[in-house]
Formats: sequence, C-alpha cells, structure tokens
Amino acid sequence: MVPFLLKRLISLALSLLAASVVIFLVLQVVPGDPASYMLGMNAQPETVEALRQQMGLNEPLVWRYLTWIAGLAHGDFGISYTYKVPTAELISQRLWVSLPLAVYALVLSTLIALPVGIIAAAKRNTAADYGIMGVTQFGIAVPNFWFAMLLVLLFSITLRWFSAGGFPGWSAGFLPAMKALTLPAIALALPQASILARVTRSSLLDTLSEDYIRTARAKGLTRSQTLVRHAVRNAMIPVLTIIGLQFSFLLAGAIIIENVFYLPGLGRLVFQGITQRDLIVVQSVVMLLVFAVIVITFLVDIAYAVVDPRLRSRS
Amino acid sequence: MTLLQIDNLSLSILGLNILSSVRFEVDRGEVVGVIGESGSGKSMTAMSVMQLLPHGTEVSGSIRLDGEELLSKSEREMCRVRGSDVGMVFQEPMTALNPVKTIGDQVAETVMIHKGVRRAEALAIARETLNRVGLPEERFPLTRYPHELSGGQRQRVVIAMAIALRPKLLIADEPTTALDVTTQAQILALLKKLVDEDGMGLILITHDLAVVADIADRIVIMKSGEVVEAGPAVQLFRAMQHPYSKALMAATGHHPVRKPPHVALDAVPVLEVSSVVREYALPRKTLFARPGAFRAVNNVSFKIHKGENVGLVGESGCGKSTLTRAILALEATQSGEIRVGGELVTTKSGASLAARRKMQVVFQDPFGSFNPRHKVRRLVTEPFYLMGRDAPTGAALEARIAESLENVGLSARDADKYIHEFSGGQRQRVAIARALITHPSLIVLDEAVSALDVSIRAQILDLLADLSDRLDLSYLFISHDLSVVRAITDRVMVMKAGQIVETGETEVVFSNPQHDYTRQLIAATPDLEAALKRREIAAA
Repeated sequence: MVPFLLKRLISLALSLLAASVVIFLVLQVVPGDPASYMLGMNAQPETVEALRQQMGLNEPLVWRYLTWIAGLAHGDFGISYTYKVPTAELISQRLWVSLPLAVYALVLSTLIALPVGIIAAAKRNTAADYGIMGVTQFGIAVPNFWFAMLLVLLFSITLRWFSAGGFPGWSAGFLPAMKALTLPAIALALPQASILARVTRSSLLDTLSEDYIRTARAKGLTRSQTLVRHAVRNAMIPVLTIIGLQFSFLLAGAIIIENVFYLPGLGRLVFQGITQRDLIVVQSVVMLLVFAVIVITFLVDIAYAVVDPRLRSRS
Repeated sequence: MTLLQIDNLSLSILGLNILSSVRFEVDRGEVVGVIGESGSGKSMTAMSVMQLLPHGTEVSGSIRLDGEELLSKSEREMCRVRGSDVGMVFQEPMTALNPVKTIGDQVAETVMIHKGVRRAEALAIARETLNRVGLPEERFPLTRYPHELSGGQRQRVVIAMAIALRPKLLIADEPTTALDVTTQAQILALLKKLVDEDGMGLILITHDLAVVADIADRIVIMKSGEVVEAGPAVQLFRAMQHPYSKALMAATGHHPVRKPPHVALDAVPVLEVSSVVREYALPRKTLFARPGAFRAVNNVSFKIHKGENVGLVGESGCGKSTLTRAILALEATQSGEIRVGGELVTTKSGASLAARRKMQVVFQDPFGSFNPRHKVRRLVTEPFYLMGRDAPTGAALEARIAESLENVGLSARDADKYIHEFSGGQRQRVAIARALITHPSLIVLDEAVSALDVSIRAQILDLLADLSDRLDLSYLFISHDLSVVRAITDRVMVMKAGQIVETGETEVVFSNPQHDYTRQLIAATPDLEAALKRREIAAA
C-alpha cells in the first residue's frame, strides 16, 4: 500500500505542475496582451503600459511563471483587478459557499442513488426497475435550473418553507446556512443522482452475472445475502469513478444554479471574472479547480485500492 | 436407500426443451461421471439439483436427496440445502472466487451462514478445511486473496468452500477443464480422497471420457438433454451399446491419418528461433533498487522445416505463450533472433510484414477472435493488409476467398455470412481459412482445438492433417493437451520454466521420455485405455 500511495503522490505532483504550465500559457500567452485585453479597446497606451508594469508582464515568460508559482505556494494569488482585493481572499469567501454546496449535493445524490440503483438491479425487469429507470431518465432530461425554479415555486412561494435565494453566511449559524443551501443542493443532486443510480444499476447487473455470484448461491446464500456480501463491493469501481467526476463538476459547474438562487459561489466568480476581464481571478480559480480535480482523482484512486485488493498489490 | 435419485427429470426454458426424462442415481461414497458435449444438458442437470435455474425455467419429475424431494422445496429451504447437504465446484477457478474477499472469509462464510457460529469459530473450521484440501497454513494463510493463487490453488479453495460442512453430495462441473494436466491429476486425486474420507457421493461432470475413467464408479452419457447410456464404468466402456457413446469414444482417441512428411532439411527453415530471451521486469522491492527480472523465455533455440508439424507442450507459466507471442512479433525479445523463411520477424522499425505474411495464427477461442460486426469476407481477407499493394483485388480476391473457404470445408457462399451464423467448429474453420489466405508456409496453432467438443475436435484435427499434407504446410502446435499433440505432430518440444527440456520425434518422446518433467506430464495425462486396464487388473 505504501509504494502505491507514493507512486500516486508523485503522479499527483507532476499533474499539478503540468496543469499549471498549461493554464499559465493559455491565459497569458495565447490571447495576446492581457493588460490591454483587461482595459478594453479604448485604453490609453500609457495606462496599458502602467498595468503591464504593475502585473509584471514585462518580465521574461519563465520568470513570470516562476513568480506566479512561488506566489501560489505561499497563498499569494495576486490582486484582483476589478475588486482590488487579494484574489486569495475572494476565492476563499466563495469557496466557503461552493464547497459545502458541492459536498451537500454529492452526499444527497449518493444517498439517493446507491439504494435506488441497488434496488433496480435486484429487481431487474420488474415494475420497480422500470419505474426507477423511468424516473432517472426524467431526472437526466430535465434542465436543473428549471427544476430549481419548480422547487422555488413549491417550497418558497407556495409552502414558504425555504427562502427563494441568497445566502446568510456561516456567521448566521450552521442551520440557517445549510437551509439556504438545501434547495440548490436538491436541484444539483437530481441529475447527478439519476446518472449515478443508472451506473450503479448497470455495474451491479454486470457483477451479478459473474461466476463468483453463482458460487455464493451454491454455498447457500440467499439472493439478498449474495447481493450485499458479494456483489455491491465489486460493483463499486465504476460508481466511485462517477462520484469523483461529479464532485469536480459540482464544484465549478453549479454556476447556473448559483445564479438561480443568488448564491455567491465560485461559478459566479469565474463568470464575473471572465465578463470583467479579471484574468488574474480567472487564472487562480481555474488553477484551484484543477487542483481540486487532481486531488479528487487521487482520492478516488485510493478508494479503488481500498475496495479492490488486486490494485493494492499491483503497485 | 440411494443418496440422490433423479427420476424422469424434464426441464424447459421459455418453452425450449432442455432436458427430457433424465434418470440416474448416486449412492453414498460413489463417483458418478456424467459425460456429454456442450448442449447435452449435463450442467443443467446439476443446476436442477441445486435448484439454481434461470428465470422462465419449468421443471417436472423428481429429484430426491436422502428421500427428500428437492423440487417441492421452497427457495428458503433450498438455501439450507445448498452448501450444507450439497456442495458444488465449478469449471472456472479463475473467476469462481470473489476477488475482493480473502480465501479465509470465503470458506468461513459457508460455515457461518449454515451453522450460525461466530467468525472466529468459522475461521478455525475454514483453516482445517483448507489444510484438508492441500493448502497448508504456512504457505496459504487465511488472509490470502484469490489473485495471489494459481488456478489449481484457487480450485482447491472452491473445493474447500463446497466441502467445509461435509455435504452428503458434491457436484463438480468440469472441475479440471481449465487446469493443466498435472494439476488436473492432483485435483481428481483430491476429489477421490474426499469421497473416500467423507463417504459423500460425487457427480463428476465432464466432456472428457478419459478424465473419469480412473475414478468413476458409474458413467452416465448424455446427449441433447437425454441419457443415452448409463452403467458401471468399466463395463460400460468395454461394451458400449449406443452409437453416440461409441462415436464419442472413437473421437476421444482420434488419430488423424497423415502421409509421412517429406522434410527438406537442407532448405531454409520455415521458422528458426535462436537463443531467444524474454524477460519481464519485476516490481521494485524498494523505491531506488533496480527492479529484478523474470526470465519467461530462457535462451530457446529450435527450427521448423517445411512440411513439418512441431508440438510445443508445457504447463501454464512455462513460457510457451510468451514464446508464441515473440514468434508472432507481438512481443519484443531481449536477445536472440527469430526468422520466418529467412526473414527476421522484428526489424528496427517494428514487426516485419514480409516475415509476417509467411506466418499466420489460429487462436483458441473461436467465439472471441472475430469481430462480430464484420462478414466472413472481411474477416478472412484481413491478413491481406500485410501484403500492401501485392494483395489481390477483384476477381483474383474472390477466387482467393473461395479457395481458402473451400480448403477448410466451407463454401464460397459463406463469405457473405456473419460469424454468429456459424457453430463453434465452423468458426474455427473460418479462423483456419483466415490463416490460409496469404498462402503462408507456417501456421501457429495456439491451443486451436482446446475449446472444442471432442467430436468437433476430431474433425478439425482431420482437417489440419489434410491441409498439411496437401499444401505442404508447417505447424507450430502449442497445447497443454498431450494427447492432441501426439495425434498431430511429427516432433515435440517440452518446455519448462522458460527452457526446452526435451525435444525429439513425437512417438519416441511419448513412448520413451528422457526428462523427468516429460515423464510427469505423460503420467498425468488421462489415458482411457490404460485406466481401464489398471481397473480390470485390480478387479481380477
């Protein structure tokens, strides 16, 4: 297990390094001069030059990259051009909304999807299976912002259980904050749970046709004992892969839902950064998201090894 | 009272008749060999005893275990019978165990679900059972995972799971088909020992008459869902009544008639392997140490001349598959040379097309080695990619397709069919047609008849012998089945731990083996005639 971890950690570090180079090059080199891009078409050349000086754009490319990386390493993400505050501060505020929202949605989606997928597989080709498959088809097809609006209509406007949007901040207390995130989390979780339930079902059906399931039945295990003791854990590898992908998506991909519920999350920050040409913010957030994706992939890899002993010894 | 009595058992799945009026008995301490080819219903009979049948199955008749009718038992009651009164062992030891659970847990599970004992107690019984099946604690602690064991060892674990509670009846469905001959002999001996010790009944299901000849007390021969003949083993083998039984018997020992080969020793050899070495890197022990190497093929040299059929035998892991892949240029070698018709198979720029077109291959699995979405026309003409611009087109191409299909006993019209329209034996004919189409001088046959039923196998062997005679083809025939190698080859090489330990004319090697390992292999190979003689002498 130790060499396995070490190997994974090395590949994690290398991926991060490669990603930082790509992000740096794409945002600073490819679209031309970031300073004039940020100031717009009518900017004075002197203003542009001053900004270039301020951003350190006149330094050599390699030097700029190294300064950026060195800054990142001790938490200095640069100063946002539009907000005039440190980007790190900006991101951490937003992260405190996006991260809990992503975790909340993922937990909801997993809690719904696993049992539902397992039931569908166990009761294959019965009314329960067809019903579940129909509902998940619906869950994938429905646009989640529209579903979010329906939730608002029902729970905020008609029943008045939840507020229609906004975020009180964690200073208002844990429960009020969680309450504000509940409807967005449900809206985000619906399509994710639908996909995950389908993956769970098909992975479990594959597993159930394996020889060792027949062996287990021949030992005298009942159908449900076989399912729980032998099938579920073996079916988890594809499910873990999807969960990992979904978490990365939820972290940054919640932008539409954040807009529907007026949540100050990362998605909206990137969106604003792009429209306001605040490239320092965009670059930092993208780097952070890449970091999150790589770390999650690393965690998923470890989860594989925990589930499957064959991967542990193949290090 | 008999232990198991199957009476008038009929079974249909979604209206399709699978079994009709099957009837046989098993006594305590008795080994009953159930023999048949694929589709004979032998496995379905076993699954009926376990009541593990697919959805939509209708069963009638009677299966009595110790006087109790199994067919009228509920699913809940059957769960108490399975694993406790009746144990079962399956064909594929590689996939029959749960890969994410330790062997100890898997054996202990049988005990825990039936006896309701605590885990520690169940593990103690598991330990004892694993010792009984020949997996001692020093080498096989309970914490081992299935992937850390070989096929034969895994089959022992499966057997341990089945016999942990000393069932009255054990059903073994092709328990040795996927194993090497020496491992097969050990597993059969183990099963026989367990029957003798516990006095349980054993149903041994197989397609191979020779496998049961040594240990079965009685034989049941099945065909198309019916029992065609049954009786005491020696008696039945000596005086077979039913034409099908006789045909099966004849196919088992089938020896195709061949013309003596006219081997041209002075010409350029069809295949020349000189001092080939293939190593694999082992996982690093520590982070900075140089990884060790495993020598899968260790300094192997041999030649095959035109018109000569050469066998390569050895157990799994001996390096014969690695050597085969190296010859086919599918795998790089660390040193040595491989030449086909004088051309190196691997050049600096990768596999040599010139060499590859003189050599073709037929693999074991007639189901898996074709793309199901292509027609036979495209499947058999694929080797023409090797010929580039020299490949025939138009009428010449049609003529080549027709020629190669007719050479293997199919017709030119079959070119427009898909592969699923053929039976297993016909598919292997298509595979041979594909190999013939570039007019190669050498065909590598990698376990090419191992997946086939005995009667089909006999036909394919006849076909191969005929093609070799007519087209002056050379074969490199790789197999773990010594009887097949003996039937078709002129010369044989025995491989062990990456080296060729014995080589010579097939008949000479088989009748007078020099190396210990060759002797072991031959002794372990089931031989119907020898087994029957032994038993007759013992009975007299």
